Amino acid sequence: MVSRRALLGCFSISVLLVFYLPAARAQENPYFVAYDHYLEEPGNLEIEYFSTLGTQRGGNNFHAFWTELEYGATAWWTTELYLDGQTSFDDSTVFTGFRWENRLRPLKQEHFLNPVLYIEYENKNGADKILKEVEGHDMESDFLVANRQAQKERIHEVELKLIVSSTFKGWNITENTLAAKNLSNSPWEFGYALGASRPLALEASAKRCTFCPQNFIGGVEMYGGLGDRHSFGLHQTSHYLAPVLAWNLPSGWTLRISPGFGLNDNSHGVLMRWGVSREIAGFGSMVSRLFGGHQ
Amino acid sequence: MKAMAAVSASFLAVSVVWAQSRSSSKPLVAAAPGYDPAIYAELQKAPAKARNRRNPFENDPHAVAAGAILFEQHCAECHGKSAEGSPKAPSLVVREVQSATPGTLFWLLTNGVVRKKMPVWSKLPEPQRWQLVRYIKSLGGPALRVESPAAQP
Repeated sequence: MVSRRALLGCFSISVLLVFYLPAARAQENPYFVAYDHYLEEPGNLEIEYFSTLGTQRGGNNFHAFWTELEYGATAWWTTELYLDGQTSFDDSTVFTGFRWENRLRPLKQEHFLNPVLYIEYENKNGADKILKEVEGHDMESDFLVANRQAQKERIHEVELKLIVSSTFKGWNITENTLAAKNLSNSPWEFGYALGASRPLALEASAKRCTFCPQNFIGGVEMYGGLGDRHSFGLHQTSHYLAPVLAWNLPSGWTLRISPGFGLNDNSHGVLMRWGVSREIAGFGSMVSRLFGGHQ
Repeated sequence: MKAMAAVSASFLAVSVVWAQSRSSSKPLVAAAPGYDPAIYAELQKAPAKARNRRNPFENDPHAVAAGAILFEQHCAECHGKSAEGSPKAPSLVVREVQSATPGTLFWLLTNGVVRKKMPVWSKLPEPQRWQLVRYIKSLGGPALRVESPAAQP
């Protein structure tokens, strides 16, 4: 009960922040699963909400959702908190856990290939369905367990990613490789995500506009599992292909949409994703002032 | 569940306070005109090849207007609405910046100064970065609005 109140409070504060604090115009990528090498601007907080509607063969379709609080601690370090939940139709709605993610940029300058190191701690239960990544032998059939039963499984997991991203002639090409370890006695599991995207126009318009093509970024992402330490490979796991589109509005809001499609029999047939986010400028300075800081 | 709530509540506060305490103890630069001229030394690090690149929008009559919108959206938050500088980031209407070649400014925008809080802006497509450079260079005019302390006798 206490944690429900805390979560409700957290949500209410997020809504207040979103609507009352000054927004920064974001240039967000359209990906849902893949990451590029661009980090949050220092001192800015981005509040994001995402949804995934998934089909389930032999079971109940589901709506998984998560909120992200993404903060640019420095120009080379972005830290992020996720709060996850899901509704399985004809079953129940449950809170499934939280994740704490950190992305670190080791190189000072831009190169043709730009690495970013990613480390995440996940504290979730077995009912988690957000499919923010596919790892090991993740399959559609894993989601057949009823929420009441799945919630009993506690998962403490560490996830490492190497993000390698390039920008060439307006295109962003990114490749993510992940290794995840359940802190109980489970083997290392692996996965991948690939992405390519480009703004619909590369030049900015000389007039303020909402529907200008440079405000839209389109692309595609592909992601899936790579098995585990004992059986590495593309077999006995799921893979998805998803066109992606982001619309960066001048008001500071970003909308994203992505219909994803399973590429083999182990995958969900369709994953329909959408998201909305808003970047709050100077959040760090505001918090600092609150505690008597200089900025 | 209580632990989750506690972590959720404390997570951002720790990150924010840590990052802000670092930036307060090591101020990057003061607002113009009392800024630290050393910050502009970053401009000298541009390789010769980058420095000599020409701005493809040099003669585009719309580039300044487009660059002004981009500046307001992405840069004014730190550099100030008129690029006059703020406690967060230095002035861009000083001799060091205005006398730098367009290629130098483009290089700095592309690479950022990651260790000193200036983000990488290569996420903006190349033409938009050139439009920004065109706007920044237009701010100096024939006479600079703020004279650099380093340039004063």
